[in-house]
Amino acid sequence: MAGTIPLSYYLAISAVLFTMGSLGVLVRRNPLIIFMSVELMLNSANLAFVAFARSFNVLTGQIFVFFVMTVAAAEVAVGLALIVIIFRNKHSIDVDLMSNLKG
Amino acid sequence: MTPSGLFSLVPLIVLLPVLGLLINLIFGGRMPEKAIGAVASTASGLAFVVAALLGYLLWIDNGLAVVIPFADWIHIGELNVAWNFRVDTLSVLMMLVVSGVGTLIHIYAIGYMHEDVRFKNDIGRYRRFFVFLNLFIAMMMILVSGDSYLMLFVGWEGVGLCSFLLIGFWYEMDTLGRPSWANSNAAKKAMIANRIGDFGFLLAAFTMFWWFKDLSFDGIFSQAGTVAAIAPGVILSITLFLLIGVAGKSAQLPLFVWLPDAMAGPTPVSALIHAATMVTAGVYLVARSAPLYTLVPQAQTTVALVGGITALFAATIAVGQYDIKKVLAYSTISQLGFMVAAVGMGAFVAGMFHLVTHAFFKALLFLSAGSVILGMERGHHHLLQHHGTQDKQGGHDEVFDPGDMRNMGGLRKQMPVTFWVYLIGALALAGIVPLAGFWSKDEILADAYIKFPAVFWMLLVAAFFTAFYMGRQVWMVFFGQPRHEAAVQAEESKPVITIPLMILAALAVLGGVLNLPGLHGLTNWLGHTIVGVEAGEFNFFVAGLSTLLALIAIGFSWWLYGRRPLLAGQKDPLKKLLGPVYTILERKYWVDEFYWATIINRYVDVSRFLANVVDGRFWHDFVHDRVIAGTYNWISKIVLDQRVDRQFIDAIGDGLGVLTKRISTGLRRLQNGFVRSYALAVLAGVVIILGYLILK
Repeated sequence: MAGTIPLSYYLAISAVLFTMGSLGVLVRRNPLIIFMSVELMLNSANLAFVAFARSFNVLTGQIFVFFVMTVAAAEVAVGLALIVIIFRNKHSIDVDLMSNLKG
Repeated sequence: MTPSGLFSLVPLIVLLPVLGLLINLIFGGRMPEKAIGAVASTASGLAFVVAALLGYLLWIDNGLAVVIPFADWIHIGELNVAWNFRVDTLSVLMMLVVSGVGTLIHIYAIGYMHEDVRFKNDIGRYRRFFVFLNLFIAMMMILVSGDSYLMLFVGWEGVGLCSFLLIGFWYEMDTLGRPSWANSNAAKKAMIANRIGDFGFLLAAFTMFWWFKDLSFDGIFSQAGTVAAIAPGVILSITLFLLIGVAGKSAQLPLFVWLPDAMAGPTPVSALIHAATMVTAGVYLVARSAPLYTLVPQAQTTVALVGGITALFAATIAVGQYDIKKVLAYSTISQLGFMVAAVGMGAFVAGMFHLVTHAFFKALLFLSAGSVILGMERGHHHLLQHHGTQDKQGGHDEVFDPGDMRNMGGLRKQMPVTFWVYLIGALALAGIVPLAGFWSKDEILADAYIKFPAVFWMLLVAAFFTAFYMGRQVWMVFFGQPRHEAAVQAEESKPVITIPLMILAALAVLGGVLNLPGLHGLTNWLGHTIVGVEAGEFNFFVAGLSTLLALIAIGFSWWLYGRRPLLAGQKDPLKKLLGPVYTILERKYWVDEFYWATIINRYVDVSRFLANVVDGRFWHDFVHDRVIAGTYNWISKIVLDQRVDRQFIDAIGDGLGVLTKRISTGLRRLQNGFVRSYALAVLAGVVIILGYLILK
């Protein structure tokens, strides 16, 4: 590895991953896919964190990544529970059906 | 303390009666009647002691006037008026008369009011009477001891107030005790007639202030000569304005009408205020203003004529009266006329002399008349108790008037003490030698004979009538047969009433000693204060003529009323003799009716016009209802309600609602319920914020 890969490469991949995740959140209607897209965004952020940590030789970013993973796991647990409830009520998990708060 | 230092005691003559009235006012509710009377009498008596002490000090000081400063009152610009006491021979003479006669009347009132409040069924009013009486003494003392016209005026108004309060003492009934406003109307009449006089006094005071820039006696008298030289009309107008005040307070023509009605007050009040002291304040005022009056002979002539005409006029009316107190009231007016005529023509000492003796014998006569009235009331009550059942069956048609001489007769047997003192008073008033009235009246007549013959003849005729009406009264009241059952049952009064009468009778007998011809005690005494008095010569022609006329008058009254005593229901023999002339006298020349027709009814007309037209139609209907209320309605309804409120303020409220509704209608489209669009908005927001931060 010998530090030959420049930081910008990592960040470019991170940006691509984040954009893909964002688009996935915005355009897909299946909540499972949306969750996966959210995970993609989080992991793009994780990638940026570790890249910066490695680059600047500090541990803070690496530790942060563990927190982000933990929070993501917790969020997924809550989200899956919500999806189960929604399915019970609507017999569908299409997010566009969830528009009761329409003004 | 040096003897003359004792002059600083003089404020006590005012403070002692005030202390007495305060004690009775605050603690009187829990004090027995006798204590109330004792406190009031003691207060007045101590004031007399102080006055006597002052008199003694003056005597050893050769009558030099002393001014004792007491309190500051008014400081405005150049005007300084302080409450100073003036102790000179004139003021001390008045103090002695006021407190001396006043104390005797206080003592008399202890007995009189004791019965009066019981006859009239309001025992609680006993205390109020003595409070008023002490207040009167205090005010009268302020009047006679004041060192300026303004302080004199304070007392002048104060005694007027007391007169009002005491005339209307039984304000809710008439003199016979029936429910009526007669007594309070009499009080108001006195107040209003006096107010006219006070107006004249005030004008005089204003004129003095304008020309002299001073209101104290010394200040005015010392400048009077110079002012008279510059502007003679000033002194004339001051003296004539003062005469209006004198006519009001001393019941002279044309303002005398209040005094006969003032007899509505309890008899001690009639004696103290409306015979002995207050009504003589006018005489005192003229004597006090002697330096002014002597400068303007026209004013003196006017005053003397007013006095002379009043003396004659009132004496004739007294002949035709049946009420025992009314006769004395007109007699008082007539005698005041004597005094005013005397001081008017410059015989100040004679006027003051008559003031003093008149205070003795007229107080005596009034108090005796009160004793007679009480005696009659006792007789009447006796009757009611004995014939009470008959009375109830027969109804209460006849109202008994204990003061009507036609109900009396033969009272000398039932009331011997009252008879004798009354006789002394009557003879003194009639001017029989050697009683007090003879000396003082003859001094006036002798002075008038030299100085003003026209007034002399008026006064002489008045003196004839005086002797006649007093003779008529004595014959009617004390001689002949009782003309009413009550007169048969009449009882003599208690010693608390008769002892003051006896003291006054002694004074009425001996009062002449004050200024006997040849001794001239009073002349010398007052000579210290009033400049230029000279001892009058005793005129045997005048004295003989007046005594002869008095004897003829008494004989004539005996011929009419004593020889064949009046019987119950019989017409007055003088009425048969004089016919319509007597009716004129009986109706008092219709002066009251004349005033009603010419002044009071016109005044009522003007008041009605002011009330109905000016106040009612113009002020209320037009100004208030039409202009003010109408404008207000127009402004509130048309302008504020329709224009401002509905069109402007409502529009703001409505506009706010419409605006909010429109904004929210626009905004609700954003709230579409799709989570992804919210997420897009969040993303866009983040992008925008980051873009801004990066590109900044």
